[in-house]
Amino acid sequence: MKVRVHVSLKNGVLDPQGRAIHHALEGLGFAGVNDVRAGRLIELDMADSVTDEALDEMCRKLLANMVIENYRIEKVA
Amino acid sequence: MAFSAAVITFPGSNCDRDMAVAIEEICGGTVHRVWHGDAGLPEGLDFIALPGGFSYGDYLRSGAMAARSPVMQAVVEQAGRGVPVLGVCNGFQVLTEAGLLPGALMRNAGIRFVCRDVKLTVETSQSLFTARYFKGQTITIPVAHHDGNYFADEATLDRLEGEGRVAFRYAEPVNGSQRDIAGVLNEAGNVLGMMPHPERMIEEAQGGSDGRRLFESVLGSLGVSA
Repeated sequence: MKVRVHVSLKNGVLDPQGRAIHHALEGLGFAGVNDVRAGRLIELDMADSVTDEALDEMCRKLLANMVIENYRIEKVA
Repeated sequence: MAFSAAVITFPGSNCDRDMAVAIEEICGGTVHRVWHGDAGLPEGLDFIALPGGFSYGDYLRSGAMAARSPVMQAVVEQAGRGVPVLGVCNGFQVLTEAGLLPGALMRNAGIRFVCRDVKLTVETSQSLFTARYFKGQTITIPVAHHDGNYFADEATLDRLEGEGRVAFRYAEPVNGSQRDIAGVLNEAGNVLGMMPHPERMIEEAQGGSDGRRLFESVLGSLGVSA
């Protein structure tokens, strides 16, 4: 089972990296970018026997920091 | 009984020796150097310090991997029993990731790594780490970090302030931290995390000695003879 975990900053948490990327895009002359938020994509290859609960726990215990981040689990195949 | 301390070294720690030297110089006694993979800590510790550095290359998030290393279970347990625990810089990041302190340390608001002496205001002298300072005192301590931007939600920040758990505040803009927080205490007051490095300011040869009183405070609070 291939799983993708998308980790992103919560709304309201300032994202200095996203802001720097935004600034760089503008510097390159790209217009019309309103906002940039940078996150992290973690791909996991795991046994089919891994439960949704266990996957959720992995995200909460390690993959995301719940103080500042949200996560979304996407099962690829 | 002589003072007994432990300094934890993670792969990528780089201020562990400075921390050990500072404790030895100021508190005397024995400083145990503990490796992150060790399952336990020595018996009868008076003080545990988590040093600065880049544990595990800051993989995933600063401090995230170190917070899950075997020795941290023992640190959490000893913290629960009231043993004073100090986390400096990466050590602060590890303490938040381990859940011993609230909040998180994010990338500096200005993106850049900040490495310079900064002025701090001591916000409380009612803690075992700050008893030898006085409230409102301005001290100079160096910072050296990329991820020192303290974040917690408003309710948590209000609670920290209300309970006197903000130990140090930056007296100048440094990294975008919420309410200029440079160091926070846990609820019981025996765990302190701070981004500035007191262990780098313990004698005039280092440009100042404003960090000494922190270690003297710890020693004094325990009533242990050096």
